[in-house]
Amino acid sequence: MSKKFIPGVISANDLREGHVVYMNDAGQWVLRLSDAAFLDDPVIAEMWLDLANAQPDKVVGAYLAPATLGPNGPEPAHFREAFRASGPSIELPGS
Amino acid sequence: MFQPSDFDRAAVRARAEQFRHQVARRLDGSLTEDEFKPLRLMNGLYLQLHAYMLRVAIPYGTINARQMCQLAKIADVWDRGYGHFTTRQNIQFNWPKLVDVPDMIDALADVGMHAIQTSGNAIRNTTTDAFAGAAADEIADPRPYAELIRQWSTDHPEFQFLPRKFKIAINGARADRAAIRGHDVGLQVVEREGEIGFQVFVGGGLGRTPMIAKELRSFLPVADLLPYLESIVAAWNLAGRRDNKYKARIKITVHELGIETFSEMVEAEFPARRAAFKGADQAILADLKAQFAPPVLPARESESFEAALNVDALLRDWAARSVSPHHNPDYAVVTVSLKDHGAPPGDATSDQMRLLAELAERYGQSELRISHEQNVILPHIAKADLPALFEALRKGGLATANIGLTSDIIACPGMDYCALATARSIPLAQQIATHFRDLGLEQEIGALKIKISGCINACGHHHLGHIGILGLDRAGVENYQITLGGDATETMALGERAGPGFAYTEVIPALERLLRAYLELRENATESFLETLRRLGPDPFKEALYAEAQRHAAQ
Ligand code: HEM
Ligand code: SF4
Repeated sequence: MSKKFIPGVISANDLREGHVVYMNDAGQWVLRLSDAAFLDDPVIAEMWLDLANAQPDKVVGAYLAPATLGPNGPEPAHFREAFRASGPSIELPGS
Repeated sequence: MFQPSDFDRAAVRARAEQFRHQVARRLDGSLTEDEFKPLRLMNGLYLQLHAYMLRVAIPYGTINARQMCQLAKIADVWDRGYGHFTTRQNIQFNWPKLVDVPDMIDALADVGMHAIQTSGNAIRNTTTDAFAGAAADEIADPRPYAELIRQWSTDHPEFQFLPRKFKIAINGARADRAAIRGHDVGLQVVEREGEIGFQVFVGGGLGRTPMIAKELRSFLPVADLLPYLESIVAAWNLAGRRDNKYKARIKITVHELGIETFSEMVEAEFPARRAAFKGADQAILADLKAQFAPPVLPARESESFEAALNVDALLRDWAARSVSPHHNPDYAVVTVSLKDHGAPPGDATSDQMRLLAELAERYGQSELRISHEQNVILPHIAKADLPALFEALRKGGLATANIGLTSDIIACPGMDYCALATARSIPLAQQIATHFRDLGLEQEIGALKIKISGCINACGHHHLGHIGILGLDRAGVENYQITLGGDATETMALGERAGPGFAYTEVIPALERLLRAYLELRENATESFLETLRRLGPDPFKEALYAEAQRHAAQ
């Protein structure tokens, strides 16, 4: 493994809708980061990523998104992941 | 008014149909994402942070009332009731679902619009002055040439595999409102001994290596336009670096070879290409010129407007910012601000789009334009109609009197939408706008261009802002670099980095120190920020940004 491993969750965008999704313990795609499976073992993380990439009919661009484990499940380890998890930080026009 | 030809309509329809099949094949698994991605990009469909994004071309920023209504409908039916107008005179829909995109593209085709060549390594939408065809300082309407370029470049067989994207901008007025020298090719309409031609610039561009285009020809006859452009693109297509994406733009080719060598390569290509053009292009151009002929504008009195200005202070403030001279003295060019304080720059709700369409229909020959500064232009408004227009805009929340002021900010989508972003741009723009309004300093500061990009790609033109702001990721924290002295006009200049970046919450205080320093330093109330900066150099401004901050910290 060339790059330093950073624990995280498998994340991607939903193929049909485009929204952010995460993989949970059962290998299903869910909407909430806190419901995602937390992966802190490089070998397992890689296996899960392969699993995700084997589902091109469901998701696009799967990757290991950096996360930490909080009391209610995984939490974003970078501000980009925080925005991905919570949506735009601004009020959308007309809303 | 210009109407797409039957051929164009058929081509757009065929393309929409083709894309519908491509989407279906992606969804049923016959196409992988790697196969599908270039296809969707060719049709303006990106995958962003939270959703797909559809980028729709508004060629040379020209759009009619019917098309604007259709954009409003698309926003309502398939998106979240708004759209984002961009610095490249496009509109972006931020929330389409992949399955709906073919229907959206069909709805666009219904009004002669499309998303072709808004993305990918193609010759992109040619941009121009949003006041084209109306401005008092215009030498010639650039749009017939822009349309000629569009027809020539669309699906051009030789240029389907360019090293990188290619952007052309053309300006027909004396003032440059199209930032032409920030483009791969910039064309300035000039007049020499009664003949119209082009001053040709090449090798401009922003992004991680910003460059101002250099002059390639001081006068290019109109009849040589397409063969000459073709020679430029061909020379680059051969010499351009395909080994490194960051070195592939023509600016690098020109920079590495030198403008003389590049010019020789272009001139070597030119004779054969010139001979191959047998005049069909000039016949098309003549036809386009007829189609872009200015609308017939009946004579109207303008005294009532002058009288209204004397009694209505709100109208006066708005007109001072939003009304520009038209070539017909009974008329005016109106810029409608899409920068209401605290709103995301360039966003328009579907209701606002419909109101703009309705007002264009009622008062403005059904014509609208999108400016590269992310505002909407009503190009032909009788002065006599300005008070009524202002009232209608005011009711619709579209009469913010801030054009050219601190809050008229260009901002890219940044990390609130964009998958490439390293920091946010929109919330900073929102806060800057409300902050200086609340301080009551906006009018006093006067003419100022702030431009914000959320990463080094520079979609928000930060290098060209009098004050440029570039959002970066420094060890997992948003950090903003400030550049000073950029200029997007005919006196184009790239801003220079002022010093170390600022944390997100430090940006507004830094700007306040900077602008208060300007108010102290300026010679008089008519000397703009840029003029003061040019007179004094950056040092006193850097002092305000950094030394004062240190003093504050030390206290
Ligand atoms: C949100 C999705 C967007 C993506 C993925 C994107 C991507 C990019 C990239 C990669 C570049 C660098 C190109 C290069 O230097 O070779 C770029 C440049 C640029 N983009 Fe965007 N952009 C996006 C949105 C926008 C928007 C909203 C605007 C208008 C506000 C815009 C206008 C521009 C401009 C003006 C440039 C720099 C000029 C140049 O080409 O040198 N882009 N964009
Ligand atoms: S400048 Fe960067 S963050 Fe902003 S839109 Fe362009 S690519 Fe996205």
